Amino acid sequence: MQHIHIKLFAESPAAVRLADAIPVFHRWIQTSAVPGLLIDVADYSHVINGPGVVLIGHEAYYSLDAAKGRLGLLYQRKAKADGDAAENLRDALKTAQAAAALLEHEPEFAGKLRFRQDQVAVTLNDRLLHPNNDETWAAVEPALRAVLDGYTLVRNENPRELFEVLATRA
Amino acid sequence: MKQSNPHWKERLAGQIPPLLASEIDIFENEIALRLTGKIDEKVFAETRLRRGAYGQRYDNGQRNDGIEARKLAYGRADLTKGPNTLWDAPGMQRIKIPFGGLNATQLEVLAELAEEYSDGIAHITTRQDVQLHFIHIEDTPSVMRRLAAVGITTREACGNTVRNVTSCPLGGVCRDEAFDVTPYAHDCAQFLLGHPDTQDFGRKFKIAFSGCETNPCALVRIHDLGCVAQVRDGKRGFKVYVGGGLGTVPYQAKLFDEFLPVEELLPLAQAMARVFARLGEKKNRNAARMKFLVVKLGLEEFKRLVLEERAALPTDPRWTTPAVLPEESPLHPGALLQIDPATPGFTTWKSDNVYQQRQEGYATVTVALPLGDLTADQLRGLADIARAYVKETIRTTVEQNIVLRWVSESDLPALYDALSALGLNAAGAGTIVDITACPGTDTCKLGISSSRGLAGELRERLAENGAAADDAIRQLRIKISGCFNSCGQHHIADLGFYGVSRNKSGFAAPHFQVVLGGQWTENAGSYGLAIGAVPSKRIPATVTRITARYVQERQSSETFQAYIRRIGKAECKLMIQDLTEVPPYTTDPSFYSDWHDPRVFTLGDMGIGECAGEVISAIDFQLTACEREAFEAQLALEKKDVSQAAKLAYESMLHGAAALLTWRKLGYDHTPDAIVERFREQFFDTQVFFDPFAGGKFAQYFFRAHERRNEARGEESAHRLIEEAQLFIEACHSCYARLSLQPAKV
Repeated sequence: MQHIHIKLFAESPAAVRLADAIPVFHRWIQTSAVPGLLIDVADYSHVINGPGVVLIGHEAYYSLDAAKGRLGLLYQRKAKADGDAAENLRDALKTAQAAAALLEHEPEFAGKLRFRQDQVAVTLNDRLLHPNNDETWAAVEPALRAVLDGYTLVRNENPRELFEVLATRA
Repeated sequence: MKQSNPHWKERLAGQIPPLLASEIDIFENEIALRLTGKIDEKVFAETRLRRGAYGQRYDNGQRNDGIEARKLAYGRADLTKGPNTLWDAPGMQRIKIPFGGLNATQLEVLAELAEEYSDGIAHITTRQDVQLHFIHIEDTPSVMRRLAAVGITTREACGNTVRNVTSCPLGGVCRDEAFDVTPYAHDCAQFLLGHPDTQDFGRKFKIAFSGCETNPCALVRIHDLGCVAQVRDGKRGFKVYVGGGLGTVPYQAKLFDEFLPVEELLPLAQAMARVFARLGEKKNRNAARMKFLVVKLGLEEFKRLVLEERAALPTDPRWTTPAVLPEESPLHPGALLQIDPATPGFTTWKSDNVYQQRQEGYATVTVALPLGDLTADQLRGLADIARAYVKETIRTTVEQNIVLRWVSESDLPALYDALSALGLNAAGAGTIVDITACPGTDTCKLGISSSRGLAGELRERLAENGAAADDAIRQLRIKISGCFNSCGQHHIADLGFYGVSRNKSGFAAPHFQVVLGGQWTENAGSYGLAIGAVPSKRIPATVTRITARYVQERQSSETFQAYIRRIGKAECKLMIQDLTEVPPYTTDPSFYSDWHDPRVFTLGDMGIGECAGEVISAIDFQLTACEREAFEAQLALEKKDVSQAAKLAYESMLHGAAALLTWRKLGYDHTPDAIVERFREQFFDTQVFFDPFAGGKFAQYFFRAHERRNEARGEESAHRLIEEAQLFIEACHSCYARLSLQPAKV
């Protein structure tokens, strides 16, 4: 699995101002708070249901994302990951969870932002390597089940969209 | 970098026109050669620019994070894609959209590319292009192939080439046009693309088409070649303008021909390209646009040379063989709106965003995009809408929006609901909240201040405070550039702003020059002039004050431009005088960071002395005096005292140079010749005055003004001199800010 995206959803999105992530992400660059080479902050808080505020990195992006009207922490792996499918997924999940925990504790979000522990969206951002079809599902399902043990997996079957699975724990 | 890159060529084999496929293969090979050091970085830079692969901010590997300038530690630190441009640093991909025409499939592919290679956003530019940011150079062949497979090329989107040919997005449906210019814009773009006569320019060449004289849809008079549709004795032709352009100093296009028969369009464009390639400046890119050539030769001589070239051209059958452009037709029968939902949202949207076509029962709908941005999901949703309500008749606009043409008026409520579901139902198209802004410091290497940050802030505040509800204010246009280069077209706005910086006791604060009274209509009929630099954080208050005064004081239906002309520039300056003040850093540090960017604007490693906030150095006063002189030059010009205007403008430059010499304790005789000579020796020859990107351009303005100080000037020439003086003074400010970091010579 390559170019894995992990999205962790916010519990009370109404309390959160997207633009508050701008100073946070600039601080993250100053302190190298998350892994990888961090380059800049892109502000799309003016776009409805958009990418929100994005911390642009070389290996990965981190964002407070509002796509599809669901606020969350989105981790997007850009660079090649060297492990097998399960390892790459586990690494991405772990990095996203760590970033989410960090964000929750930033002063701008303290008491306002909490991420759900029971749901995660996994997206594979490469239509050629991972087309949104049954073959990809068959190929990646074992890794998904191994890493997201105990979650119910639902695939977004819209062929125009990226391969995406919403994992929910009962 | 995408792991699927090696596979797209095979996947799309047979789907890409052979010429484009070969062109992309060549580029991919050039990338491979550069990776092994077999192509020089300068050559590679030009070759990628010609494919629309542009540099982006921080691609030199340095970024100030608000504390200090830090190195961006890319793995391949020695590999470059151009001078001082690191290979692994993300860049921008510009995608040419001739006349702004798109179909639904193309929207879907743009969505996929934004999602897979960029940051999920596609950006519409002020020249109807689409831009994707944060793209890795090694991904660009895949991006290009996927675009080529749906009929889009990025070829000649940047570089010294014929750029995107723009055209009125209402072509064919407009109530005022002489005829539909779309097919001519299309044919012109196709004919000149890759043409041998367009490959040796010293600078870019921009072309625009308009169907009428008055509406501001195509802005032909700010283009190198602008064509306005005319019908004479039942025959179609164009009023042709040449040598227009904004840039650092704006030039109004000159009328080249009152009526050029349409069959002469392509040969004339080709002849003009040949003259530009042969005689245009090649070494000094700051004087290489066609506007400089037209001024240098004089319009009559330029025209003579072009017509001579035209007469000598071998006939090309393509001149009179139109390229195939499918004729547009509606999807649904034209029908008037039967049931008006009359909700406030719909009513305002219909009033602002819906244009009644000349074809009864049909409308063109503007999808107003905030700062020209839209997401991959929105692109896909728009593709669905374009299939459901129209026959994919989509265009981008120079106001960074998208229009859907041939909407049956009876479909408007349903279309509004569909756009609402995508978050694309914002009203305000073509009003004061529909602000145009270039990328500025967000992604542009040349940006000084945050044009997008300011645009976003103004947009939100204007919508919130209800100012935009007043009809007089609502019709105004705001345009913002991050620097003097005018990509945000600030010269032709009612309220224009361009980014500058000011130094206050060792701290730089982001500012915007306020440019009032430009004309957007009449195809960008006239340009505004700067009245003063205001701290970025006080621009919203500036807009509120100016618009409030306009509403209060305007006479009857007086336009904003007429109002500004009537009260005069001195009064305009007075109106904002108090807003130009910057509190010391120690009192209010918020003035020293930009909108939506909390980093300290100045270099963070400067110490703050106890009295730093209160110390005003002599050079601060001197440069302020220079600005005043440049402004007085404007006032003189306003009173038609051209010689006094030119004199004051020149003197403001001279005093700016002297201020720098004094500040650096570099002794000089107080004669103009001595000041120029000393300045040249100490600031120009040493390059310490050079702008990181514009080089010595602004100093050259000064030297030229000195050489020509005793010549009589016309009004237009004096106007340009004032613009140049302002830019020179801005450069003095920048030089002072840069050198403040080093101890002055004692």
